[in-house]
Amino acid sequence: MVTSIVLSGTAMGCIYALIAVTYNVMFSASRVFSFTAGTLGMLGGVLGSLFITRMGLPVAAGFLLALAGGALLGIVTEIVAVRPVLKSLDQHLYVLSTLALALMVQQFTAIEWSTEPLPFPRLLDIARTEFDQQFWLPMLACAAVIVGIELLYRHTMIGHAFLAIAEDNYAARALGLPERRLRLTSFALAGSIGALAGFAGGEMLLAFFANAPMLTFYGFVPVALGGMGNNRGAVVGGLLLGLFQQSANFLVGGIFASVAVFTVFIIVLLARPNGLVGSALQRRV
Amino acid sequence: MDQEATPPVTDLYAARADAPAVPSAFSAALPYLALLVVGLLFPLFGGGYWGVIATRACVYWVLVSGLNLVVGFAGQIAIGWGALLTLGAYTTSVLAAGNVLPALPPYLALAIAAVVGAVFGLIVGLPALRLRTFYFAITTLGFANIVTQVALAWQSVTGGGVGVPGPVFPEPFSSQWGFYYFCFALAAICTWMTANIVKSRFGRALTAIRDAEVAAEASGIAKPRLLGTVFLFAGAVAAIAGGLFASLQSYITPDAFTLDLSVLFFIAILIGGRSSILGPLLGTILLTVLPEFSAPLVAWSTFLYAVLLLVIVLAIPGGIAELLDFRNRRPLKSNRAILPRPDLVARLLDAAPETLTLTLDQVALSFGGVRAIDGLDLEIRPGQVHGLIGPNGSGKTTTLNVISGYYAPQRGAVRLNGEALPALAQAARAHMRITRTFPTPRIVGSASVLENVMIGGTIDGRGTFVESLLSLPRHRRDEQTLRDTAMLALTAVGLERLAPVRADRLQHAELRFIEIARGLMLRPKFLLLDEPAAGLSAEEITRLATLLMAIARAGTGVLLVEHHPDLIFDICHQVTVLNLGKRLAAGTPAEIRSHREVVDAYLGG
Repeated sequence: MVTSIVLSGTAMGCIYALIAVTYNVMFSASRVFSFTAGTLGMLGGVLGSLFITRMGLPVAAGFLLALAGGALLGIVTEIVAVRPVLKSLDQHLYVLSTLALALMVQQFTAIEWSTEPLPFPRLLDIARTEFDQQFWLPMLACAAVIVGIELLYRHTMIGHAFLAIAEDNYAARALGLPERRLRLTSFALAGSIGALAGFAGGEMLLAFFANAPMLTFYGFVPVALGGMGNNRGAVVGGLLLGLFQQSANFLVGGIFASVAVFTVFIIVLLARPNGLVGSALQRRV
Repeated sequence: MDQEATPPVTDLYAARADAPAVPSAFSAALPYLALLVVGLLFPLFGGGYWGVIATRACVYWVLVSGLNLVVGFAGQIAIGWGALLTLGAYTTSVLAAGNVLPALPPYLALAIAAVVGAVFGLIVGLPALRLRTFYFAITTLGFANIVTQVALAWQSVTGGGVGVPGPVFPEPFSSQWGFYYFCFALAAICTWMTANIVKSRFGRALTAIRDAEVAAEASGIAKPRLLGTVFLFAGAVAAIAGGLFASLQSYITPDAFTLDLSVLFFIAILIGGRSSILGPLLGTILLTVLPEFSAPLVAWSTFLYAVLLLVIVLAIPGGIAELLDFRNRRPLKSNRAILPRPDLVARLLDAAPETLTLTLDQVALSFGGVRAIDGLDLEIRPGQVHGLIGPNGSGKTTTLNVISGYYAPQRGAVRLNGEALPALAQAARAHMRITRTFPTPRIVGSASVLENVMIGGTIDGRGTFVESLLSLPRHRRDEQTLRDTAMLALTAVGLERLAPVRADRLQHAELRFIEIARGLMLRPKFLLLDEPAAGLSAEEITRLATLLMAIARAGTGVLLVEHHPDLIFDICHQVTVLNLGKRLAAGTPAEIRSHREVVDAYLGG
């Protein structure tokens, strides 16, 4: 039992961490948290099931199309819900505009796809083992994304540009960086990371529209615990959350696990509003 | 200057003859009266199913009216408030059905649900005091999710997926129209109560917290207490709405309480518009009725709400309320001048000057490696204007922020008559009659000029929240006093003609004088002004000077942080010159003017 708690906990933790990275990549580019982060995860699962199970496409094609779908929603998020309200960040209109977009996608999926969870295909044609692909695929995806993002940010020109706009938007623009295009690219990247989370975790989460609010909440917990924009914190926070949740699930049952996670989340946040590792001093006057 | 031709005091109000029209109480109440009549007569022309829809709209409005104070007025993004509807529905139903305890009469069950709702409203709401906007929004969503899960899992009490019957209210409220009138009456009472709050100092303080939090603090508004009270109220009415909802449904299961319901309540407010009651009321009716026009709309309703929300946010952030606000579209006179009446200032301020001093004692503060202020001594006396000048980055604004409690000095202390003032206690300064203005005026754009000034007198109100809710005599006396004083303060700074105008329509210079009027409402012993002359014309600076001198003459100590040397040297009794966080010189304007280092470093040759 301990093995299965650890396996499923780590796998769920990796999915949460990926959604947290989705939040972070969007946040770094725009200073905005978007409610569409969990929607992207949901979409990864639904698109995967749509392309592979329903339309019968090969796994690789379904995978690429699902990621492309995520990237597209990322781009739409930036154009429709983020760009128009960036001027007035202090009014927090982005909370409402991204919420509206997330709800639209979620409801559309519920009506046009299904209100019931539908099965997600087994991606690799190999026999079931204890350390099954449904567990190691999310782990692999998470590791790949974290390493990939580190390499991108540290070693490529475009990565440096991403970091520059994350650090100081105005200065970056003054340097002549194409800030808008970079933001759009970041959102596309975040979109495919979110979709990857749902795709890799498809077998655990199924293709279900209600995964959207679930992932929006649980994916934000690592962001809050690890500190905004901090991807390593997000991974640690995600793994802690996944393991805690799964152990509570097995030991005391699902509902009380949810209550426990929520309670711990609130208490930690109230004690450390900037996360366990973050610190931020705001200038107000 | 004092001899300038200004109308005698008795003509104060008559002078507003050409000012923008003040809406009469009747015309403001007209839409509500119309809705009241329609609501009362509704059974005459509404058929059976429409009766259910109308009852549902009333039930939703009971919840939304309270949530409107949280979202529309205090600006807290509480998305998952439907959780409190769930909580109220189950509490009322379970108590009335006698699942756990012996069955209680439905009214008692509803009352208990209100108390439970109030407590949970506070629990869900209080994180708003610590958390950033998005974080708070997420926690309310998480809470909504959990409540539904608990309802599903706690079978022995809630009946789990099978559900529990809703309460039935006894005669005369058991029939369809009887129950409709019961809900309608509660909805009307909620409208009346929230309208009372909105027009009280509590409502103005909520909008101040939303749009100008630092100004709210400078006026001594205690955010935790005020928000806590509002969360209690909003939680209680939400739970009452839940009890009514359960009765209307006649049987409740967790399926009835989806996130869509929370979203509906939240969006009704935003479609209606912030700082409005009529707007969200119309929004609630609209969203309740809209899906009923055709069957496909029912499935797509949440999608449509979301589209509406996006359109509203992007195209008309003011919502329905702004579309209906015809009064504030009339152009204002463009050649208006600010004509202060310094002679009125003494009537606003406490007459007897005290021997009070506000001192800085060896205060030092650095940010990282930068020493913003470094061992500064300063003494501000009542009845004097103390100028603080210095080049950019010399620590003027930091000094002011230390005095008003925003920064904690690493060394030294701010003392009032020798007693150290606590740091990081911004709102407590107002209770010691110390207030300030800001380099960029912090005002509530959607409130009228008069309401903005009234915010300054918030802590002098005597009535409680409940008295305001019910519009009891003490509340009405408070309002009358605040209104009269604010009118006097506005007249003193020369803006009485603009009293009823939305503050965001004013020019920059006018906003500066509004901030001063708001500060005067506190009858300050010490008034700290951060660059009040920035952006003013030469003429306006002269008028500001007479006003400040009159304030000092009335016994208030004024600290003036400024860049205009002329203003400083004309009106200051004492001047301190800062450079690199240290005092470069201090003395009378004459001494400073001839101080060699000052001339070299700052004034120029």
